[in-house]
Amino acid sequence: MTQQLVLYPLLLQMFLSIVLMFCWTKISWQRVISIIGSLINVGVSIWLFSYIWENGTQIVQAGNWKPPFGIIFVADTFSATMVLLTAISGLAVSSFSSASVVAARLKFGYFPIFHFLLLGLNGAFLTGDIFNLYVWFEIIIISSFVLITLGGEKAQLEGSVKYFTLNILASMIFLTAIAVLYGLTGSLNMADLAIKIAAIDNRGLVEITAILFLVAFGIKAAVFPLYFWLPDSYHTPPSAIAAIFGGLLTKVGVYALIRVFTLIFVDDLFLENIILIVAVLTLFSGALGALVQNNIRKVFSYLIICHIGYMIAGLGLFTEVAIAGTIFYLIHDIIVKTNLFMVGGLIFRIRGTNSIRDLGGLYADYPKLSLLIAIPLFSLVGIPPLSGFWPKISLVIAGFEAEQWWVVGAIIFASLMTLIVVAKVWAAVIWKDKKELPVRLNFRYFDKLKTIRKLR
Amino acid sequence: MEVLLAIMIGILYAAGIYMILRRSLVKLILGIIILGNGANLLIFLLGRVVKGSPPIIPADSDVFQSVYADPVPQALILTAIVISFGLQSFAIILVKRAYKVVKTDDLDEMNAIDKDS
Repeated sequence: MTQQLVLYPLLLQMFLSIVLMFCWTKISWQRVISIIGSLINVGVSIWLFSYIWENGTQIVQAGNWKPPFGIIFVADTFSATMVLLTAISGLAVSSFSSASVVAARLKFGYFPIFHFLLLGLNGAFLTGDIFNLYVWFEIIIISSFVLITLGGEKAQLEGSVKYFTLNILASMIFLTAIAVLYGLTGSLNMADLAIKIAAIDNRGLVEITAILFLVAFGIKAAVFPLYFWLPDSYHTPPSAIAAIFGGLLTKVGVYALIRVFTLIFVDDLFLENIILIVAVLTLFSGALGALVQNNIRKVFSYLIICHIGYMIAGLGLFTEVAIAGTIFYLIHDIIVKTNLFMVGGLIFRIRGTNSIRDLGGLYADYPKLSLLIAIPLFSLVGIPPLSGFWPKISLVIAGFEAEQWWVVGAIIFASLMTLIVVAKVWAAVIWKDKKELPVRLNFRYFDKLKTIRKLR
Repeated sequence: MEVLLAIMIGILYAAGIYMILRRSLVKLILGIIILGNGANLLIFLLGRVVKGSPPIIPADSDVFQSVYADPVPQALILTAIVISFGLQSFAIILVKRAYKVVKTDDLDEMNAIDKDS
């Protein structure tokens, strides 16, 4: 029963999307199945996590081929945590999208593709084989292409052309990197690669391969200078989709970076310096970009980039405290960014606009809802009891210990800029006087729903 | 053989990246296809090209007797071809839809999303 436990989250998601495909036209069935399935998935993920917490790392070999020959699935505590977070965000977004995504979009296979996306994410977190990681990445991006274009609005198509091009380019670079890595070592198993790469004398070639991986995952994780596809595309699809994208898709790039650069390419000062420089520039560009935007979802998109910078900085510092901070930040960021985009969607559903200039008066109309919104916003800045504070402080401590003063400076600067951005959003959206907006016909305003009225 | 393949892969990569950098959407797709073929050939080359020795163990022995062609790169290429085929067909449909809606195939004119909203 527990022998194949590692595979259960994958099999469950695959089963769900196949079942959902059979209910293609029955939208209300799909909503119910998706939410129940996501609940079961949370249960399975908790089971997997607690089992691994007690019994240590679990391995499943496909076809019983002994490593390094077969494809293996590995679940250590880190991957089990990520699977659990995927399940939690999946449940949140599944229930949010059954209320907020209009039926016209749901009719074209929204839920089956959504569960395929979660399948790809779980697979990427659980695999122990670098080529298998590529395959899971492809499943993720093809599902995300469908989700981001679903609906076919003009802005969506324009955004998705950019999203599509950069992601497919990243996949090609990833494939090239795998080719070079296979040529160097003759192995694809990540644990085996770690041993074989360490034995190679030609460090220049290893560094070039590492840079190829850095570029490929860097595009997916949206680090400087390869981030510009993200703010161009994340505000175009419905906010339920943007929530799962913002919460998990960039983080899977960070996860892959952490895996590759803590396991395969380690103890290389040149690489660590490059990662640190990239991290500092990502922090600056994300923070400054968020400051000048007026679309609330574009602000959140730039904040994603800014906060990717923290994780990459922790990876570049490469001490125990820094890596712990990075992983904690990853956990915190998945929850907070999913929340932020859902909050953005909620505000859009209440007011019918995303523009900071037109929004306002949310506190006067919905004081309880505004307090709920305050939690992810304050957590983003890092107000002490909330989760954003602890990883930041450990990153700062790690920076002090490593005596990388400019990294510490950049982290503090980005925190300050995040505070300014959040204060701006708070003042403009929640506190500012309400502006009379033209009523949009055929728009499903959320305040017509009963549950939202209760939050007043 | 290796040198010829290496030169060809270089040309394919260069042509693919050049095409991606063009402004036309159709050339973008062509670039992606060419780049994908280059990557597949690169896996093939880096799996070492061995002539005339298939990876089959003779019936009367338990291990390989001589140098053999590595079968793993071919499996990888097959997977990569199938995946890139799916992605490319999606890309062609996406570009067709985008052309119909936006009414231009010039990437520089696709800037409605940059405007403040």
